[in-house]
Amino acid sequence: MSVLELIIALPLLAALAVGLGAPARAASLGATFINLILVLYTTVQYWGKTGLAFTYSRPILENPSLSFAVGADGISIILALLTTLVMLAAIWQIHDRPAIFYISSLLIGGGALGAFLTTDVFFIYAFHELALIPTFLMIALHGRAEPAHRKAVAWKATIYLGVGSLVLLAGLVWLVLEFSGGSKLTFDLEALRNQARLNPLPDAKQAQIFFVLLLGFGSLVSLFPFHSWAAPAYATAPTPVAMLHSGVLKKFGLYGLIRIALPLLPHGVHVEWVQNALLLMLLGNILVMGLVTIHANRLDDTLANSSVMHMGYIFLGIAAGTEIALKGAVILMFAHGISIALLFGLCGRMRNQLGTLEYNKLGGLASHAPAFTVLFAFGTFASIGLPGLTNFAGEVMIFLGNFTEFKAGALTNLQWTVIVALWGVVMSAVYMLRAYRGIFHGSPATGLFMIDPAFSQRVPFIMLAATLLVTGCCPWLLLNLMKSAVVLP
Amino acid sequence: MNASIILLLPFFSALVILLGHRQLKGAAVLISVGSSIISFIACLALLAAADDKDNTKLLLPFLDVGFLHANIDVMIDKQSRGMMFIVSFIGLLVHIFSLGYMKDDDAKPRFFGSLSLFMFSMTGIVLAGNLIMMFIFWELVGLSSYLLIGHWYQKASAAEASKKAFLTNRIGDFGFMIGILLLFGANHGSVNIEDLTTAFGPGGPLGVNAPGHSAGFTTAAALCIFLGAVGKSAQFPLHVWLPDAMEGPTPVSALIHAATMVAAGVYMLVRMSFLIEASPLAAEIIAGIGAFTALMAALMATQQNDIKRVLAYSTLSQLGYMVMAVGAMAMSVQHGHELHGPDPGHPAMFHLYTHAFFKAMLFLGSGAIIYACHHEQDIWKMGGLRKHMPVTFYTFAIGTAALMGVPLLSGFWSKEAVLGVAFDSGCKVLFLAGAATAALTAFYMTRLLIVAFFGKPRTDASHHAQEAPLVMILPLGILAIFSLFSAYDFFATPLQAMKPPHVEGHQTVFWASVLALLIGSGGAIYLYRGKNKDPISIKLFANKFYFDEMYAVIVRVCQDRLAWIVTALERVFVDGLVARLPTALVARLGAATRMLQGGHLQGYTFLLGGGVIAVIYLVVFVLPRLGH
Repeated sequence: MSVLELIIALPLLAALAVGLGAPARAASLGATFINLILVLYTTVQYWGKTGLAFTYSRPILENPSLSFAVGADGISIILALLTTLVMLAAIWQIHDRPAIFYISSLLIGGGALGAFLTTDVFFIYAFHELALIPTFLMIALHGRAEPAHRKAVAWKATIYLGVGSLVLLAGLVWLVLEFSGGSKLTFDLEALRNQARLNPLPDAKQAQIFFVLLLGFGSLVSLFPFHSWAAPAYATAPTPVAMLHSGVLKKFGLYGLIRIALPLLPHGVHVEWVQNALLLMLLGNILVMGLVTIHANRLDDTLANSSVMHMGYIFLGIAAGTEIALKGAVILMFAHGISIALLFGLCGRMRNQLGTLEYNKLGGLASHAPAFTVLFAFGTFASIGLPGLTNFAGEVMIFLGNFTEFKAGALTNLQWTVIVALWGVVMSAVYMLRAYRGIFHGSPATGLFMIDPAFSQRVPFIMLAATLLVTGCCPWLLLNLMKSAVVLP
Repeated sequence: MNASIILLLPFFSALVILLGHRQLKGAAVLISVGSSIISFIACLALLAAADDKDNTKLLLPFLDVGFLHANIDVMIDKQSRGMMFIVSFIGLLVHIFSLGYMKDDDAKPRFFGSLSLFMFSMTGIVLAGNLIMMFIFWELVGLSSYLLIGHWYQKASAAEASKKAFLTNRIGDFGFMIGILLLFGANHGSVNIEDLTTAFGPGGPLGVNAPGHSAGFTTAAALCIFLGAVGKSAQFPLHVWLPDAMEGPTPVSALIHAATMVAAGVYMLVRMSFLIEASPLAAEIIAGIGAFTALMAALMATQQNDIKRVLAYSTLSQLGYMVMAVGAMAMSVQHGHELHGPDPGHPAMFHLYTHAFFKAMLFLGSGAIIYACHHEQDIWKMGGLRKHMPVTFYTFAIGTAALMGVPLLSGFWSKEAVLGVAFDSGCKVLFLAGAATAALTAFYMTRLLIVAFFGKPRTDASHHAQEAPLVMILPLGILAIFSLFSAYDFFATPLQAMKPPHVEGHQTVFWASVLALLIGSGGAIYLYRGKNKDPISIKLFANKFYFDEMYAVIVRVCQDRLAWIVTALERVFVDGLVARLPTALVARLGAATRMLQGGHLQGYTFLLGGGVIAVIYLVVFVLPRLGH
């Protein structure tokens, strides 16, 4: 038995218990809190190590070889930290809601932990699907819109992500079949990595499979142009679901690309047509969605679209494929997850108290709710990429990672893309500061009243903001966990 | 040791105050002022140890992976010592002045917390040993400037001004980051300033005559880096944020928007002068932008009526002077002018240094006036303040004289150094623009002095004005002494690096600056003596060449309109092609299979989950066996 199994099982068991009638808040908070401690414990245990640790495998089938195998390296641990932090914050901030809110949050978080901590492709995939189902249900049943509208939104997300998952499944099966060479099938990631090291596929084939995986994983991460499910889904989803999906679950696609696609198909992303396609798509995320976000005039809209936009930078790190850029991408995944969860959490609170999120109806809240304003400022400046908060470290590593191979006078496509994408950093400042100005600055709008949350209600947000500050000032804390190379040498 | 105190003390002060100011209340002020006093003492210790070798030391780790070493490195040399003195000394005086100026402000702790944050960030820029650290603190001064300009955020104008400042600076930082990336790539992963200086210097692998040198690349990198300075030092075309930044409390204008932060761009350019010297085109463009900014802002200043705005445009103009000096210095080095002495100073740094004292003093003086006149800022509503506020008047007059370049005062020497290097650059236009700016400076400053301090009080506010309290006068007096003497060796011993050696044989330069002074102030005395309203009115200057209006149109068209169009296209095409069209097709198809649809989403989701599992099962367990 590995500690990782406990970490995966705990939220799922807690969900079951709540479903059977255990006191929802106490059980969920307790389980999540213990889980956070367990993850911190594994983090400390892993400190200074490299490679896969805490491995444990329970064989299920002989041929095709399938086993419930767990294991974690620095990347998984960072994402597990992200998941437990966001899960605790999301569950803590639930206030006066039926038990289904707790159950679905536990299932989404537990599913994500399962996806990040198992090392068998089959289970990585299955856990993600498990986490998706409560997401859809919660949008449809408890979304923040008219029933007809929220059902439409849930439908759209269901179809998009369903189709994306199927494309992904096709890609994964193709991948497994290619590596098995007609003999014994295996889903074990380590075995597959060994195969890829010993008998790499020809570049052309790597490119084809990589592209299919990119489309599959990409639509789960709202890669342009397969993104239009995301903004309405986040704007409609109940607060804990928006926090958990945008903060954690969406990172699954990126995790899959880094954990499965890049090591098994190391040349796939560098084949010219794949790279150019990826660069075009990610520029769509950054430039098109940047402008769309500027156009938004409601906070939930701004946040939802910005979250689509910011994925472009993580894809940029994946496209570069260098050690520095990939580690930057992981840091940015962590940073984005924490900061967007913080912002969605605060946004949900504002909607509950004020009943509106339209900028032209808001203003001057800083005078009423100073502590709330400071917390929101953390989220705002984190997503702008201010140094001292984690997002900056991730972004700057991604940018620099693209410039490690350099010839003056002959910039590569990647490098031109970075330069164009840098304009997006200006755009995020434009929309986030507009939002901040509209909501918090100026004289208080008439008829609006909002007070600071009580301290106990502030704790989850303080926890997220403090995480941004600590890992932002000391990003080497995260880097130390990622001493091993991301892609095979 | 000293460096870490100077850097980290204000950080902890800012952290404690900004996160806990409602609990701390009055203690916040003590913490902030205390930290600035200790920092100043540590800075003096740093200066006293000036004999130590220059060095770059790792202070704290930040990012260290592969061959990327982006850490908090502290670089101690003559330039950083001198700049550190300016920052911590004026910072301390401004903290003291603020004790009086912000006495009745409700949000005093927040103000002092932001001030500490600024001291931290500015120190980081000064001590930065590599460009990534420079960029980190570069952005952080942007944040503290944002917080301080928007201190009175309830006022719409202050809220807008802070946003404008941050965004304009972001455009500059966009270029700065590209420049850093290019240098990072070209220098194989090192952005350490010392390494870069060696690499681009004579004999280095990227230097002018080396095989690795590419003129186009060097120019591009230099101009990208320069864009960062254009934003921070408010050069044309990104100068528009600085006048609006006057919405912040006046001590902030003195410290951040006159003496230190806006000078950071110039400081950075001087640090990067090896790069500019390697590119003739970049040097010319930088000198040209600087000269243009200097002249343009001086013209705008002649028609402003808000006392802080006059000073703000004057700051713009003087920053233009410094930037011009950076470019001109590089040009004259390229033309083969020998530099005197073992380690000559830089005229831009020299002017930065003298300017910091007299401009901070002028701003604090204007703060004392605004405080005394109950927040009246229009100079035409003042008048006769000479008698009511003698100390403020005399110190203000000294500052004005220094700024105009009255011979033997500090500003005269540094201005002459700037004009001298412009003269040496081989480009007469630079020199003429510099001389014209000097005349205009004398004109608008004399106008300000006459209208605000002489004649009779024009309103009640100025009639009842009283001298400011001691905490406010004391910094004025100290700064006045510096304005008089800061250029002299006996005063500037620890700061030698600031001062270029006296260049011989510039008779032309000397007479040109004296003539400019006489023409400018003579004209202003003739026009404004005894007047109660402005006898001249030039709309173009008063309206700042209509830059704000132009930019508003550009933002409306290129950003908001474009965003609207792109959003519409995204809705129609992306959503239409990727989602709606296939959905419609499927719907047609589905009409035939309506039987399966029950109409409950739970059911569908369940089906989807079941379907996925079925597919997995089929593909994984059934298909392989069929193969055998």
